[in-house]
Amino acid sequence: MILTIAGRELRSLFLSPLAWVVMAVVQALCGYFFLLYVDIYLQLVPRIGAIADAPGITAMVVAPLFSTAAIVLLLVTPLLTMRLISEERQKQTLPLLLSAPVSMTEIILGKFTGVFVFELLMLLLIAAMPLSLLSGAELDLGLWAAGVLGMVLIVASFCSIGLLMSTLTAQPTVAAVAGFGVLLLLWVLNTAGDSGNELFAYLSLLSHYQPMLRGLVDSTDIIYYLIICLTCLMFSIRQLHVRNGTQ
Amino acid sequence: MTRDILINVDTLSRHYGSQRAVDGISFELRRGEVLGFLGPNGAGKSTTMRMITGNLAPSHGRITINGIDILDRPKAAKAHIGFLPEQPPLYCEFTVDEYLRYCARLHRITRHQLAGALDVARQRCGLGDVGGRLIGNLSKGYQQRVGIAQAIIHNPAVVVLDEPTVGLDPNQIREIRALIRELGNEHGVILSTHILPEVQATCDRVQIINNGQLVLSDDIAALSRQAQTSSLLLRLRRAPDASALLHIPHVEAADALDDGRWRIHHPPGKSPAAALAEHAVNQGWGLEELTPEQRSLEDIFMEITSRDASSQMTPEAA
Repeated sequence: MILTIAGRELRSLFLSPLAWVVMAVVQALCGYFFLLYVDIYLQLVPRIGAIADAPGITAMVVAPLFSTAAIVLLLVTPLLTMRLISEERQKQTLPLLLSAPVSMTEIILGKFTGVFVFELLMLLLIAAMPLSLLSGAELDLGLWAAGVLGMVLIVASFCSIGLLMSTLTAQPTVAAVAGFGVLLLLWVLNTAGDSGNELFAYLSLLSHYQPMLRGLVDSTDIIYYLIICLTCLMFSIRQLHVRNGTQ
Repeated sequence: MTRDILINVDTLSRHYGSQRAVDGISFELRRGEVLGFLGPNGAGKSTTMRMITGNLAPSHGRITINGIDILDRPKAAKAHIGFLPEQPPLYCEFTVDEYLRYCARLHRITRHQLAGALDVARQRCGLGDVGGRLIGNLSKGYQQRVGIAQAIIHNPAVVVLDEPTVGLDPNQIREIRALIRELGNEHGVILSTHILPEVQATCDRVQIINNGQLVLSDDIAALSRQAQTSSLLLRLRRAPDASALLHIPHVEAADALDDGRWRIHHPPGKSPAAALAEHAVNQGWGLEELTPEQRSLEDIFMEITSRDASSQMTPEAA
């Protein structure tokens, strides 16, 4: 049932120009940054080549690319998640789901899966970019894999936060702006941490992402993202119940 | 035919803040019955429909669908319901077939039953030749039919239709009404409307709801009896005195109307029409018109809803 709802969500996405434009823009931006980082690396190689223990091509290209990709995805994810529930409410199609023998949990998980699978497709293309370097250089595939895992986790939390915002309003644009605001705030929280507040730094989405880009996969970081996802999904389910009056 | 009870609604209420949209409604729906839900705008019709179909939780009361409580086991209960809300829940970017296939899968129709279910629903709703077209490009009438197809694709025991003929042309209205009658043969149908002839044309039983309360629940036959005449309209070329008319048996009163006609009141079921005609001929009154006056369902509706409104001065809306 979750897959049925997710399938419809994906289908609707691909039937709208929005999904294609988002994919194209993300791809173009990431492609540009990829080439830029490769270029910087090539300029630096003669100088850092002599230093022992110098950062390799993976650390110099893959890590910055994935870091930039996360920012690009932060910008576009609210646009993809905004319609999930609010559009159904705005166009009054929600009764179809509510009168079908489907639980609220299945509705939310289906919606989440649909948009998450779409984001995974974008990630697949971004993750494949540095692999093209394999034809002429050696990559640290462990570092690459840690970065991909980080991207998957951070994008999952983007999606769940966007979904929660979408359950709160019947206006997709409001959901997009709210989702964008929350994501950006969580992203930059760690800059407040520089002035001494450890708690804010700890809550920041970014501070749990950076270790993975350095190849450090810590279970606390993984759990942090899983907690964000689960919390947002649970609040979304609850929000549907509240709207329905079954609370 | 087994007349098993499909829906049992027990003292159902819904409050929005201090406002009572629906206030203590109880009724039943049996298989093979088309129940007309009638009421002025804002009387609580849509709220009731949404509660029956699990789109809105009641503040008080119980709803059982086919014996299953919709609050205790929502998934099991909803499997027996097909619902067409006031605004059909259509995805405009889908084709009719894609959309109906999705609806069928939401209702857990297995893959190999799907093609059959799709064919039946399309054929019953007259959607045979538009299966490949985008829903957004269809006319309002066709969209409404897709909405009904969506409600019956899983062959539910109960079909709930909220104002299904709004915005349709007369031909389409006739087709949809025929479809509703047909559905009423094997399913239980609840039809909400504020169009009175629609109820007379399609329903077995009528419930009138006003200010969130049931003010009338009766079958159409009984209602028609209630609508029966207790007066005649009479036009005579050479009218006698009223006293001459009053001498005729069963005539209780004779009022002269402005247009030269008389309204003759009589006890219900005892029409003096034959006697009147006889007298008119014998005494040369020149009988021109003699018509039993029908009270329409509309009159009864007006009477009930306005009576209720005057006794209950608080304005309420749903």
